[in-house]
Amino acid sequence: MWKWLHPYAKTENAYQLCVTLQPWLWLGALLCLAVGTVWGLAFAPQDYQQGDSFRIIYIHVPSAMLSMGTYVAMAIAALVGMVWQWRTAYMSMIAMAPVGAVMTFIALFTGAAWGKPMWGAWWVWDARLTSELILLFLYIGVIALYGAFEDKQQAGKAAGVMALVGVVNIPIIHYSVEWWNTLHQGATISKFDQPSIAPEMLWPLLISLFGFAFFIGAVTTVRLRSEIVRREMHRPWVQKLAQATSENS
Amino acid sequence: MNPLLLGIFKRDMQIAFQQKAELVQPLMFLLMVVTLFPLGVSPSPETLQRIGPGVIWIAAILSSLLGMERLFRDDFIDGSLEQYTLSGMSLPAVATVKVLAHWLVSFVPLLILSPLLAMFLNLSVDMFIALMLTLLIGTPLLSLIGAIAVGLTVGLARGGLLLALLLIPVFIPLLIFATSAVDSAALQLPYHPQLAIIGAMLLLAAAAAPFAIAYSLKVSQN
Repeated sequence: MWKWLHPYAKTENAYQLCVTLQPWLWLGALLCLAVGTVWGLAFAPQDYQQGDSFRIIYIHVPSAMLSMGTYVAMAIAALVGMVWQWRTAYMSMIAMAPVGAVMTFIALFTGAAWGKPMWGAWWVWDARLTSELILLFLYIGVIALYGAFEDKQQAGKAAGVMALVGVVNIPIIHYSVEWWNTLHQGATISKFDQPSIAPEMLWPLLISLFGFAFFIGAVTTVRLRSEIVRREMHRPWVQKLAQATSENS
Repeated sequence: MNPLLLGIFKRDMQIAFQQKAELVQPLMFLLMVVTLFPLGVSPSPETLQRIGPGVIWIAAILSSLLGMERLFRDDFIDGSLEQYTLSGMSLPAVATVKVLAHWLVSFVPLLILSPLLAMFLNLSVDMFIALMLTLLIGTPLLSLIGAIAVGLTVGLARGGLLLALLLIPVFIPLLIFATSAVDSAALQLPYHPQLAIIGAMLLLAAAAAPFAIAYSLKVSQN
């Protein structure tokens, strides 16, 4: 069952996979983000209570969901690296980390901008906001730990342990709404049986969610490619690649 | 119990009691941090009672971070950690024993000191009992989770601040539940749900952390 995955433990194959996937991811990101944001920001109906200011949801919710999703993906990559001893898994984990951290920051920033007109404050110590902030700290911890090691092989393993420890935090983030039940509105689109959002608003939201996901994938492949090239500089295939690139330019 | 593990335990305890300064300094730090709050916030008894549980827990977490490095650092530097790894003993068991010794020497004194802290911050008797219980169940969690990060950073030249960066976010849920238990006690409400959650986190950590510590020590020794 896992046979098709195993070749990508080799850095060369992982690099080729990134090269193949990258244009498609960029295309998906461009299309979905363009359609989702234009639809959401310009054409979706107004909220009857929050007016136009609710429109930031089309950026806030996708970035918040994917900030958690990216962390889980990092933890999965770390686990894969630990179990099967794949260097590429650690590399992709660390390629994802700053992207996820930026997503978390975007979620916090747009949340603050949304909170000001709605709650009258830039920041409140609501459970979800706090958890999102903790998530940012966890990302920073993983990135800092990775940066502290000279030997990047060792750094990947160490950061992987920390990512797995931090993943315990993800369910706390998710269930905090029910546990503390404070200011933040309840989940809007995860209740699939009967979403508490009008379909005209839901569709652009889902499309921009996919747009963000494609975008994260695209940036991650770029980062993973450069990480592989940096780490495998001494390999013949990288040197051949560099030669080919310099001849073309 | 395995005589080798017992030997490690005895050795750790002896070393800890020989280096009395390292034992006492985090406690003094804790006491001083707690002293700063009445001076910096307000000396009024109601305010102190309101912020007291949180202050004590935050001070406990900060002071534990100071002493945490000692857990594996000396053993790493003098090479005994390598010997443990090579000896064929189960490394998770060794880690558990060392964490137990660390908890006994760094957190049991804190428990003994806690009545004084409770008095400083004007906690009621109910609140004090709740605080003791949360410290009793919560501090082993600090040792267990902290040991993972110490294991990871032990080989780094300046791991101290990084250790705090890694651990503070992970300790936040514990802080939330512990202080909410003491707050419930202040209102005469039952606080066993919070204690049960801390207990569940402790059991999970006790089951999983020794393996994570062993793994991280192996990573550090490359």
